[in-house]
Amino acid sequence: MYEGAVQDLIDELGRLPGVGPKSAQRIAFHLLQQDSEDVNRLVTALTEVKAKVRFCEVCGNVAQAERCRICADPRRDQTSICVVEEPKDVVAIERTREFRGTYHVLGGAISPIDGIGPDDLRVRELMPRLASGEVQEVIIATDPNLEGEATATYLSRLLRDVGVTVTRLASGLPVGGDLEYADEVTLGRAFEGRRQVNA
Amino acid sequence: MPLYRDEAIVLRTHKLGEADRIITMLTRTRGRVRAVAKGVRRTKSRFGSRLEPGMVIDVQCYEGRNLDTVTQVETLAPYGDAIARDYAAYTCATSMLETALQLTEEHEPQTQQYLLLAGALRSLAEHSHDPGLVLDAYLLRSLAVAGWAPSFVDCARCGATGPHRAFNVQAGGAVCSICRPPGSSAPAPETFALLASLLAGDWEVADASDDRFRRQGNGLVSAFLQWHIERGLRSLRLVERA
Repeated sequence: MYEGAVQDLIDELGRLPGVGPKSAQRIAFHLLQQDSEDVNRLVTALTEVKAKVRFCEVCGNVAQAERCRICADPRRDQTSICVVEEPKDVVAIERTREFRGTYHVLGGAISPIDGIGPDDLRVRELMPRLASGEVQEVIIATDPNLEGEATATYLSRLLRDVGVTVTRLASGLPVGGDLEYADEVTLGRAFEGRRQVNA
Repeated sequence: MPLYRDEAIVLRTHKLGEADRIITMLTRTRGRVRAVAKGVRRTKSRFGSRLEPGMVIDVQCYEGRNLDTVTQVETLAPYGDAIARDYAAYTCATSMLETALQLTEEHEPQTQQYLLLAGALRSLAEHSHDPGLVLDAYLLRSLAVAGWAPSFVDCARCGATGPHRAFNVQAGGAVCSICRPPGSSAPAPETFALLASLLAGDWEVADASDDRFRRQGNGLVSAFLQWHIERGLRSLRLVERA
């Protein structure tokens, strides 16, 4: 146990996800050794993220205004919506530079064992976005795990009668991997989603 | 460190650190076990998809002080994958997995619970019966294995030969007119017959039952389960029934 402020800092850091008591202690002493200017920059960043960041009223992504920069961009393709679980998934897809449409962030996946059902996610907010008739495709990009697949199943069933094309991101072999190391489920999905090669 | 190998059903997973998961599984011979699976959240993980809830696996772990560590996994039955494609089956499966978590103890062998859960998951994955009926049958039988077998014919208090008209959760099932405590419900005779068939595994009777009696039976099973395990099941309110 350290005295006063140092122990308080260790305790607070220790509450962060993935930070244990040892890591918290290491970060606290690292901060103690830094210049005041560096520490103040961190303090400002923490204060501002709480004060300025909110969720986009259209897609639920993190934003600094009422709309995030993707929803506010008129050059984005308004005919397709990519449904993701978390804002960090938006960043991952944006890195590919393959998708030029808009997003819809659910805020998680359906997980009854954690008490999370469809009503606890931003599923209801998706429906008015499809009502205008402009959207032609909804791409479901939830995680390829049990909860993500079940959420995709729920959404595809919900959107069946809306009149939009519902697609799911392909699952299969990772680029750069060896076939012999692929597990049965992944390899099975790769076979399921195989496509014709046009030479 | 001692290595061990066992068959297991993955009950639940929790994220750990950057790319790891804590896997809670019900093993065939060692009861409930918690183990760390390193790097399984990465897309290049060799056994990430094998450690999803509902999967039946052949697992090798080494024992740790608090948590074991998964070293090898082979799939025995990928029920989780098939179940996730049917939303009603998925909600029923999560309730089964949560019930198994509540009814089993760490490192206490419970082979009967293991076999029961594996059978129920197979039934859901193969769409053999209505998912709601499979869930109710699993709940009744897992409670019976745990020592809380309900009675749907003879009186649960005095043993008087049935059938009887009243049902009381606290008393343990059907009760005769003499033993009937205040506040007992009076389900339809068809509901009693349905519940008895689910407990006995008589699927011909269960599959032919009417929706009205299934709904009534499901309410009684839920109440019976939550009374005995002394807590609410979070997943039960989200179960989707036909």
